[in-house]
Amino acid sequence: MNPITLQNITKTYEKGKVLAVDDVSFSVNDSEMFGLIGPDGAGKTSIFRILTTLLLPDKGTASVCGKDVVKDYKAIRGMVGYMPGRFSLYQDLSVEENLNFFASLFNTSIKQNYELIKDIYVQLEPFKDRRAGKLSGGMKQKLALCCALIHKPSVLFLDEPTTGVDAVSRFEFWEMLKRLKKQGITILVSTAYMDEVEHCDRIALMQNGKILSMDTPDKIIKSYSEKLFELKGDNKHKLLKDTMTYSDAVGSYASGESIHVSFKKNGKSDADIINGLKGFLESKGYQHIEIVPTVPNIEDCFLSLTKTEIHG
Amino acid sequence: MRTLMFLLRKEFRQIFRDPGMLRIILIMPVIQLLVLPRAADYEIKNINIAIEDYDHSVVSQQLTNKIISSGYFKLVGYHNDYNKGYELIERDKADIVLEIPVDFEQKLIRNNSQDLLVAVNAINGTKAIIGNGYLSSILMDYNKEIRMKWLPPTRFNELPTIDIVSSNWYNPNLVYAVFMVPGILVLLLTLIGGNLSAFNIVKEKEIGTIEQINVTPIKKHIFIMGKLIPFIIMGLVVFTLGMIIAVVVYGIIPVGSMLLLYLFALVYLVTLVGFGLLISTYSETQVQAQSLTFFFLIIFNLMSGLFTSIDSMPHWAQIITRFIPLSYFIEVMRMIVLKGSHFHDVAYQFTILIIMGLVLNTWAIINYRKTT
Repeated sequence: MNPITLQNITKTYEKGKVLAVDDVSFSVNDSEMFGLIGPDGAGKTSIFRILTTLLLPDKGTASVCGKDVVKDYKAIRGMVGYMPGRFSLYQDLSVEENLNFFASLFNTSIKQNYELIKDIYVQLEPFKDRRAGKLSGGMKQKLALCCALIHKPSVLFLDEPTTGVDAVSRFEFWEMLKRLKKQGITILVSTAYMDEVEHCDRIALMQNGKILSMDTPDKIIKSYSEKLFELKGDNKHKLLKDTMTYSDAVGSYASGESIHVSFKKNGKSDADIINGLKGFLESKGYQHIEIVPTVPNIEDCFLSLTKTEIHG
Repeated sequence: MRTLMFLLRKEFRQIFRDPGMLRIILIMPVIQLLVLPRAADYEIKNINIAIEDYDHSVVSQQLTNKIISSGYFKLVGYHNDYNKGYELIERDKADIVLEIPVDFEQKLIRNNSQDLLVAVNAINGTKAIIGNGYLSSILMDYNKEIRMKWLPPTRFNELPTIDIVSSNWYNPNLVYAVFMVPGILVLLLTLIGGNLSAFNIVKEKEIGTIEQINVTPIKKHIFIMGKLIPFIIMGLVVFTLGMIIAVVVYGIIPVGSMLLLYLFALVYLVTLVGFGLLISTYSETQVQAQSLTFFFLIIFNLMSGLFTSIDSMPHWAQIITRFIPLSYFIEVMRMIVLKGSHFHDVAYQFTILIIMGLVLNTWAIINYRKTT
């Protein structure tokens, strides 16, 4: 039995005017780390709130640990841990008081489940008398994770846990999640950072309340349907603008230091495509242009998918 | 039950940790009780009077002295020109001008009657009415004095007169504080029970902690009780503090039963925290809650009978006051503290408050469930 299942879940706001989740179905396997990836407004938080029984879906059914989110919401609340996107612990209580408080709400204590949070809590322990509001962003996330874990949940919901956290803390955070997964906890996590998907076993790319694609990160990259080239040159901003007017390319956008340009797979060789683009840009007066074929990343896949979504 | 204990412990910990909250709870009542009853006094003194004496006789002198020595009036002008007096009114220096006409004494003796002109600045209506009243009674008094002096003593009065002797019950010296302190005490309980509780609950919504609470198996009514009980307890603490101030500072020792007072305070607080909870279910942020409570508080304050007597309001306004819990408790407070009323005297108000408490709390809880 899958710990998380969604079937045709639809959710609208403002009496149906705003469509937040559009007929979404997926399921998460036991001890799997499943990522919902997409920009703000993709519907990730709504899905989290439906699964954590805070929100009623308009249509469709969903279950967590085999319990229906509408009928058995009480049972679910005892079995899941939820970390909302916004830090929502008591800022005027200390680290230890927060943890004790949430433990007591679940009729447990820090001692009883210390094993599970030990890894994380040791880092917090030096600050255990500090008010939660005075902690750094990374420490806040760790405390929130501890509070979500304190009752030994079998499913963990983490809504954008790494937003607003520095790169080192983000990395540490994902390592912690992997250790939790090894202990048999199923994790549903969302993020807007495309570079974090590699930590997930499977991901769903989301846009406008719909799932565009769902698979392992590797398979999603393999299924990339276009040819991708990396373009480097002077005056990047203007170069991008001019590249966008090149009618043979299906997509061109900034990606880090360079520009990514994608083409339809239509039998043309790489060299032909490179020469064609080079010629076009040189006619616009550019010199020192470097174009090389490149491997797509998740962001490229996402942009390619959203494009077909818009046109198709 | 165990969970409720944890919630209460957490709630009190947060309250004691918030210096602003402690200040509101402990210092605000003390200051309000010390300042308001003395400042917001309806007894009007220092009425500025200008006397335009065209007569300059012994009688007019006596009359002037009598007016000034009453203690209510301050002489700001003494001329024999009405226009000068009027000018003082125009410049807001005088509230009343009294004109004593030429030959006041002579005509009074000869014709047995005389007219005086009193001109009142009615911008401040209360001051005008009360000032005029004081002056009239002084003049009447004086009138009687000279009649006594001049008329030959007869066995029976030539003109039948009705002499009214009044005695003030329950507040014999008409001390304003005695009337106000119990009322202000109720106002303080309203602030703590209705306002602070609303802000406290909305704060959980605003900072998002309610999300985290809602995914725990905690029962809604336990959570609500954990939020409201602290304010009932704090209300009772403030009530005690206020009663101590009433006794020590104002010497107001409740005539009636202390137990009955506390019973009412408890019922009132339960009603008011229900009101606070209701406000909180209709607001997303503390600012919204503040605006809403402000709206109600103004109405509560001005229509509860704290400052203006309900009996003198128009009928439709009196009907509105019947829906204001404050008005019942203020009435009862004054009845128990000043008159020593027993439970059967206030059973009606007690029943109404219980009904209001039930309605407000039920409405609030139903609405609370709906919104989350």
